[in-house]
Amino acid sequence: MKIGVVTFPGSLDDVDARRAAAVAGAEAVALWHGDADLHGVDAVVLPGGFSYGDYLRAGAISRFAPVMETIIKKAGEGMPVLGICNGFQVLCESHLLPGALIKNHHRKFICKDQPLRIENNRTAWTSDYDANHEITIVLKNQDGSYVADEATLDRLEGEGRVVARYLDENPNGSYRDIAGITNERGNVVGLMPHPEHCVETLTGPTTDGLGFFTSVLKAVVAS
Amino acid sequence: MARVVVDVMLKPEILDPQGKAVHGAFGRLGFDGVADVRQGKRFEITLDGEATEERVAEIRKAADTLLANPVIEDYTLHVENGQ
Repeated sequence: MKIGVVTFPGSLDDVDARRAAAVAGAEAVALWHGDADLHGVDAVVLPGGFSYGDYLRAGAISRFAPVMETIIKKAGEGMPVLGICNGFQVLCESHLLPGALIKNHHRKFICKDQPLRIENNRTAWTSDYDANHEITIVLKNQDGSYVADEATLDRLEGEGRVVARYLDENPNGSYRDIAGITNERGNVVGLMPHPEHCVETLTGPTTDGLGFFTSVLKAVVAS
Repeated sequence: MARVVVDVMLKPEILDPQGKAVHGAFGRLGFDGVADVRQGKRFEITLDGEATEERVAEIRKAADTLLANPVIEDYTLHVENGQ
């Protein structure tokens, strides 16, 4: 079972994402933005960071990287894809997920331990969580405010496609406290907080993030 | 050489934190009577030759796919001839 992690120019959390995949028991494979070959991986993580310096819009230029052409095609065929933070922004810009992420409403960079509720545990990346499982993982972002029109938000909620919601205070102005969403099929998930930083107690506030990576192992074995 | 200008603005219903920050600075500097500030982006695209209909259509396509995100932004496009 191989989990590929893409490195774009300006990715920051690719090494932690590879480490999280390995801690979960997968073989982590480094993928390069300029290489359209996915090297036989079973799932892909688009990591956090500031790809292309967030120039134009966060994720807007990465979306056209050669590796993304293959990922968009494979995602359409059901391959699990997780976009974390900047990766979530890339997934929205790629139209694999609806909506967009804009600057935090308070205009400051935020870095904190964030409580969340996992509202959909039927995706490829969340099946190891209980329904409405409350977890705490790291949130760190500049452009973390999830926005979409009312019809899209109603559809996401109606179809149970809100994967995670912020608990306590809304940290960035995201509409309806949305921290993560999924596509109709449940194989593509975008999440603003960082599960990959929360897989070992030495470096994270919890190990609550590990479930994303163990979930996808089961999803791939089951398919 | 012709120039095509694309002006991109966040849709009115999308919060603009940068515009709000600029608006706040207006007040601190004593520029009164300002109800709101919205910040956008302007792209000046210089073409190799004339701005033919086909070339402008290409730039419009670029605006749709790259320069603006239709989920959160609107844009206007115009051609500036002769400089």
